[in-house]
Amino acid sequence: MLKIENLHAQINDKPILKGLSLEVAPGEVHAIMGPNGAGKSTLSYVLGGRPGYEVTEGSVTFNGTDLLDLDPHERAAAGLFLGFQYPVEIPGVSNVQFLREALNSQRKAREEEPLTAGEFLKLAKEKAALLKLDMEMLKRHVNVGFSGGEKKRAEMVQMGILDPSFAVLDETDSGLDIDALRIVGEGINSIMRAENKGVLLITHYQRLLDVVQPDKVSVLADGRIIRTGGPELALRLEEEGYDAVMAEAA
Amino acid sequence: MSEIAPLPTNKDEAWRYSDADWLAKADPAVIGVWRESIVPEGQTIRETTHLTQAGATRLRIRVEKGARYEHFALNTAGPFARLEVEVTLEEGAQFEFGGVTLGGGDVTQEFVTRTIHAEPHGTSNQVVRAVQWGKSTGNFLGRIEVVRDAQKTDAGMNFRALLLEKGASANTKPELEIFADDVLCAHGAAIGQMDADAAYYMAARGIPPEAAKKLLVQAFIGDAFAELPDDTARDELMDAALGALDGAQL
Repeated sequence: MLKIENLHAQINDKPILKGLSLEVAPGEVHAIMGPNGAGKSTLSYVLGGRPGYEVTEGSVTFNGTDLLDLDPHERAAAGLFLGFQYPVEIPGVSNVQFLREALNSQRKAREEEPLTAGEFLKLAKEKAALLKLDMEMLKRHVNVGFSGGEKKRAEMVQMGILDPSFAVLDETDSGLDIDALRIVGEGINSIMRAENKGVLLITHYQRLLDVVQPDKVSVLADGRIIRTGGPELALRLEEEGYDAVMAEAA
Repeated sequence: MSEIAPLPTNKDEAWRYSDADWLAKADPAVIGVWRESIVPEGQTIRETTHLTQAGATRLRIRVEKGARYEHFALNTAGPFARLEVEVTLEEGAQFEFGGVTLGGGDVTQEFVTRTIHAEPHGTSNQVVRAVQWGKSTGNFLGRIEVVRDAQKTDAGMNFRALLLEKGASANTKPELEIFADDVLCAHGAAIGQMDADAAYYMAARGIPPEAAKKLLVQAFIGDAFAELPDDTARDELMDAALGALDGAQL
């Protein structure tokens, strides 16, 4: 479903990804773990098309199309969702207005009918309830005054509403307490666990993987995937640390 | 009641950022005319203005004891369009001003206010937003005078400009002349560009650049009309503003 081949990318002429290859099949949750500075966030931004992240070599194919050829909003309409490590605050724009505009823009791009205000609110209520986020929060401005945990839950509500076929989730577990972590993890399972969907789950910790159990785990170090295995690899990393696993791979 | 003032030039402090070429050709009989009116004791008068033609509109308002004067204005005109409001506040009188300049090409658009707190317990609040592109200029000159007896005055003034393109500019000059010692006078100003992080966040959710720009401009100018309690009037001003933005070839 997502195929990354020999991806090289840089920021301000500094190479960060150095030949990264990775494949995620439909129905698969693929966890990416790795030390700080390995390029995990860069990978997510390159996939999301963030300005400033320059691809110098390699390819990314998403459902058969060249992902790198699409503008960021076209990638979203094609079914890609990028969960931000630091969700952005947008003063003056309510969550409801933002998400309705987003959903209807995507629907328009796919030549589907827009949702009416009533239909949209019904959908938003359902997804907010799933993530145990008060509907009143969605009437407030996008992420403004939200705590770290609320921002992450709001991101998952966005994902629920937009219903992507593929999600790249960049440290969605950071800033969450134990209860919120469970709610977010179960939200990911409920929204993204399906035969025709895929998830790239970037995380530092096993605790999210206890809830969202990965089918595969890859270790990203110095801009490359150095090892891929099953869920047991994440457990080993948790016990032995990156250095031990990286030394073995070297 | 009206009087004719001599033709102003850029040497006049209140006209320093005005379009000199336009002024030189202006008709002093037109530009020098002040429209004078009174808000009677205890009453509220609310005006909304959409400047669509070149020229200078000059208002001189006396707000009597306990009365309130509100003016909300949108300035989308050119080549030179100015709204000037001079308000004298009696005891406990209130002045609320919200203004938006929005334009491209080489227009100069400005609001100039002079708020005279002549007696105690008056309040004034002014919020001006400028959205400029091309080589256009948006100006806000706000002068607040608090006479010696006008204790417990509460005056606020806030200006922010959003420059959508290189070459656009904005000027502001707050002037405070305070002779009373027990007053609150606040002013703030900021000039900036489109928030790239917010624009990318919107794109990542599927909102195309033009729609994202419109949402962000809408949020930005919303502050200026936030105190306008009449929903219909506010919607009309917002729609007119966003309509003028639609015409921009950005």
